[in-house]
Amino acid sequence: MSLHGPDYERRLVWRHFLGLMFEWACRLTTFLSLGILAVLLFSIGRQAIGWLDWGFLVRSNSYEPREAGIMAGLMGSLWLILLTAIMSVPLGVGAAVYLEEYAKPTRMTKFIQLNISNLAGVPSIVYGILGFTVFVRMFGLRDRPEEFILDLWFTEIRFFLPLGRIVLSGACTLTLLSLPVVIISAQEALRSVPASLRHASLALGATKWQTVRHQVLPAALPGILTGVILSLSRAIGETAPLAVLGAAAQLSFAPGRIESVGDAIQNPSKMLQAPFDQFTAIPLQIYGWINDPKPVFEHVAAAGIVVLLVVLMLLNGAAIFIRQRFQKKIRW
Amino acid sequence: MSSAGPSRRDNKPISLQRTFSWQRLREEVIRCLLFGCALLSVATTLAIIFVLVTESLVGIPPQTAFFQDVSWREFFFGTTWTPQFAEAQQHFGIAPLVCGTLLITGISGLIGLPAGLMIAVYLSEYATPRARSICKPLLELLAGVPTVVYGYFGLRFLTPYVLIPFFKQMGFSIYGFNALCGGIVVGIMIIPMVASLSEDVLRAVPSSLRESGYALGATKFDVSARIVVPSALSGVLASFLLALSRSIGETMAVAICAGNSPNLTLNPFASIQTMTAFIVNVMQGEVVAGSTLEKSLYAVALVLFLMTLSMNLVSQIILNRYREVYQ
Repeated sequence: MSLHGPDYERRLVWRHFLGLMFEWACRLTTFLSLGILAVLLFSIGRQAIGWLDWGFLVRSNSYEPREAGIMAGLMGSLWLILLTAIMSVPLGVGAAVYLEEYAKPTRMTKFIQLNISNLAGVPSIVYGILGFTVFVRMFGLRDRPEEFILDLWFTEIRFFLPLGRIVLSGACTLTLLSLPVVIISAQEALRSVPASLRHASLALGATKWQTVRHQVLPAALPGILTGVILSLSRAIGETAPLAVLGAAAQLSFAPGRIESVGDAIQNPSKMLQAPFDQFTAIPLQIYGWINDPKPVFEHVAAAGIVVLLVVLMLLNGAAIFIRQRFQKKIRW
Repeated sequence: MSSAGPSRRDNKPISLQRTFSWQRLREEVIRCLLFGCALLSVATTLAIIFVLVTESLVGIPPQTAFFQDVSWREFFFGTTWTPQFAEAQQHFGIAPLVCGTLLITGISGLIGLPAGLMIAVYLSEYATPRARSICKPLLELLAGVPTVVYGYFGLRFLTPYVLIPFFKQMGFSIYGFNALCGGIVVGIMIIPMVASLSEDVLRAVPSSLRESGYALGATKFDVSARIVVPSALSGVLASFLLALSRSIGETMAVAICAGNSPNLTLNPFASIQTMTAFIVNVMQGEVVAGSTLEKSLYAVALVLFLMTLSMNLVSQIILNRYREVYQ
């Protein structure tokens, strides 16, 4: 008596064939997507050859393609990322600590949590509109910007209200944009710290904050840093919100009119003025070059993209380095 | 430590809760500060809603809102979108923008969703640990490429070297700016997102389910396609929704590749304009504060926000349910 139907053998072969095809289809899709990455990098690299040199990095933009440079955008992006980090790290880590360490699972906590994951999915351009209304125009506070002078004892800072299209507006917008991602990644890092660490600290009589400050945060620091750097590197590549703020695509000066490292050291007041100055950023310059009617600018855009990708690679490399270096030291 | 508190001599019970100490005050202040940080996210949401609603639905008195200037009937059912024209020829029918957005989303979904799911199946079911450890960081890299770079790639490589030669040969008329290129590029962008979210849910399927399948004589394909994916279906669908909501909100790649002409068409070879591309395009120039053109930005942004928010909410709820089932 046969245990199986008449065409069992044939169907078995078919089933195995189908399985093999499926496996290869999945595998090919994966390799194809990674292949696209290679094609993307290759096609851009080829366009950029001969256009990317030291002069490109230190020049400001020009209408003459050969004279174009990315200095203003590079400095603008660095200022943006610095200010965004200063604002989003304490706020994001604070929110994560509250949600992971302090909050009880009430309806309010659940609501905040749902709200954060929804904010992470809001299109970046909506943040741009928000930043434009709140920071750049301040709800149409005044018809015409009014100048204020903040008098510090060694220097004075000039700024306008409403703030206008300055580095600080851009950084605030990017902060709001990157906060949800920072919070979510910091929460994951905090969650991976074992509860025994907290229990031991509390049992020794430490208060909640002492436990968080001296035990939990140091243990979660590598994870938090990795997440923060990755979300900042997202923010640095964002074009849409900055374009919506109305930041200029091309400028001929760095924020604060800082001309060189020496200039910044000799006139430290320029450093304080920089957050209140106009700016452009690398992705904005790239977008400007892509839209330029002169077709030669596509090479300039490609060179700009290479600079942007290198900056991102450096940031990502730092994240990976931190992850590798510190994760091995901690053994639970 | 705390010196405050009643002396031990009187035999009253010591209250641990009510006594004042600077330490307790500090703890409480810190707690409030941290709570404030968490509340900032709620404030952001409220600010977004406030800004969008006051400019488009209900104006703050001296100013009027968009829907007080333009009838909602024209906005939702009109078929011409010309807000940048002179006042007499302005038409505010959002249909072309929504149509363009849906066209891009549709094409990107056709490419990104199946590819992402297949990568997820490969990574969670087939790949050796070593292949996984190579593929996952590379996929993260793909996810980390800024959108303006994808836009450049689409405009300067995909359209001129791939799409135009291919479709010209087949007899289609295809333009330098076309929805197909935008859709493909956005599709590539959502692949890593679908792959990593779906992989998470596939891996959360308990291995006992897989083992029962194998014990019944199922092949690896049967287990993957008939057991693992169906039992993770709700999670997979949630990841699809998130990805589609991202491609609705995607801006730069679309603005660069698909052009800026609001046509009411489903022809993927024509130039279109999405809602996001409209906003960026208008904001590139100077907008007169208080003009109907400026208010139309907020109305479009409100539609965009509501579309993505509803999709995100649904997928979050599905994902939370799913986690409760398997974890």
